[in-house]
Amino acid sequence: MLKVRNINLKKGDRQIISDVSFEVDDGEVFGILGANGAGKSSLAYALMGCPEYQPDHGTITFDGLDITDKSMDERARLGITLAWQEPARFEGLGVADFVMLGSGGHDRNADSYLELMRLPPEEYRQRKVDRTLSGGERKKIELASVLAMRPRLAILDEPDSGIDMISQDAIISMIDTIRGYGGSIILITHEEEVIRTADRAALMCSGLAFKVGEPREVVDYYRHICRPCPSKDYPSEEDIAASGKGNVSPGSGLGKDAG
Amino acid sequence: MKAHVRDYELMLEAYSSARGDPAVFADDGIAHLVIHENRVLGAHLVPGLEIEPQETASGIDLKVRVLPETKIEKPVHLCFGVLPESGEQNINIAVEVGCNAGVKLLAHCIFPNAISVRHNMQAQINIAENGFYGYDEVHFHGQQGGATVIPKAKITLGEGASLATGFQLTSGRVGELDIDYEVEAGPGSVAEMIARVFGSGSDRIRIREKCVLAGERARGIIKSRVAVKGSAISEVFSEMAAVGALSRGHVDCIEIVQEEGRARAVPVVEVFDHTAKVTHEAAIGSVDRKQLETLMARGLKQEQAVDLIIRGMLSPV
Repeated sequence: MLKVRNINLKKGDRQIISDVSFEVDDGEVFGILGANGAGKSSLAYALMGCPEYQPDHGTITFDGLDITDKSMDERARLGITLAWQEPARFEGLGVADFVMLGSGGHDRNADSYLELMRLPPEEYRQRKVDRTLSGGERKKIELASVLAMRPRLAILDEPDSGIDMISQDAIISMIDTIRGYGGSIILITHEEEVIRTADRAALMCSGLAFKVGEPREVVDYYRHICRPCPSKDYPSEEDIAASGKGNVSPGSGLGKDAG
Repeated sequence: MKAHVRDYELMLEAYSSARGDPAVFADDGIAHLVIHENRVLGAHLVPGLEIEPQETASGIDLKVRVLPETKIEKPVHLCFGVLPESGEQNINIAVEVGCNAGVKLLAHCIFPNAISVRHNMQAQINIAENGFYGYDEVHFHGQQGGATVIPKAKITLGEGASLATGFQLTSGRVGELDIDYEVEAGPGSVAEMIARVFGSGSDRIRIREKCVLAGERARGIIKSRVAVKGSAISEVFSEMAAVGALSRGHVDCIEIVQEEGRARAVPVVEVFDHTAKVTHEAAIGSVDRKQLETLMARGLKQEQAVDLIIRGMLSPV
């Protein structure tokens, strides 16, 4: 479904994404794990087509179509969407209207998506997507709007952050719902427990995706190699070389075919 | 008499086509007043509310009185309009809201055909102890941009009184707008003023709202939401002065600029007591990038997303 090939992104003098390649299959949940500042969100924005995150190099194809130069809304109309880590607030825009924005007018209403995200519809449908919502409430409404779109590829940027423990299972339900109709998910997080829900995962550090495999392996690597690592800025050559299976050099095709 | 009836019907027609509900003017439980140019075309009062209109050469002098201890249950509808292409309407309003009394006025100002219409409003409003006065003014203008609207108000709030004003001009061309409201808030009183304006073409918008938190624990907020496109120009002057001990004020201005529009915001915040506090926030410029990208990630085209953001910002809460 999604093929990312050798994308690079530089902002000013800083290399944000370095030669990242991976693939995501239909119905697959692909996790991306990494510490703060690793480049996970930048990768999400680049995949969504945010104008300030246009790759300097590389290609992104979706269902065989090269979407590298397509705008955000064009990508969205192909079925790709993004749930922001810290979603925007909108004065005057109602929750129900926001949730159904990308729904394309199919037959369900906002209530079912709010319910799935553990938001009582009678309480929320009349509210606005503004600053009166708590961070967690706004986050769940963001996820409900992604669900209502029935995306073919949902990029979820730290969906669990800011959401209370009781509602964490709503995120699992959401992932199951998308997976249930054959949709794919890129699940970005720095929470080890969340990444375990993925089918495969990659580890990012300083813009490099240098470890792809079973979530358990990636989590183990993250826990035992990354956490104690004294260099928080860049994985060492030894780390990259030791990260597994002989295919760990940056840009070497750390995707499904490389894993 | 026939001309009065005809004008009354035309006013309600214009009100209706501006998405108003003319049924409110037939409801016995709702007080209303319909004024075209300098003539009172219709009036209906409810117990506890006194309105004395006096026709003048170029408008109306109005005395509005809400008797003490009286709460007017349903909003009072005022309809001011000039239907011809040119004309002048001068409205002078004196409002007295008694102790523990409350009223909400909805003023609909209709200038659908204005090429050279001037609407001046001069209001003196006194709200006595624990009284409440709500005033929402909604304008319906045509597309010619020929209206000049100059509302001015001086408002005093007694101890524990509340004021909530809303000004909305988002339908049709603004023309020229010059708002000037001044509020003096007594002890424990609350003042909230919100203006929402959408300017296009060669519209000129000037909004000056001033709130003096004179009494102890008085609170005030001045909120402005303006969008300009074409070659429209907007200037927003928001002044908040905290004089009373423990008084609290906030100024909040957002102006969105598109095309060749220009916007200026001048917040003036002053504090005269060390226990008082005033905060202000202002954002002027293009549409917020993150808002725009969020909507585009749901499949909206850029122009649809911009339109939705602006409509949301300008919509009444």
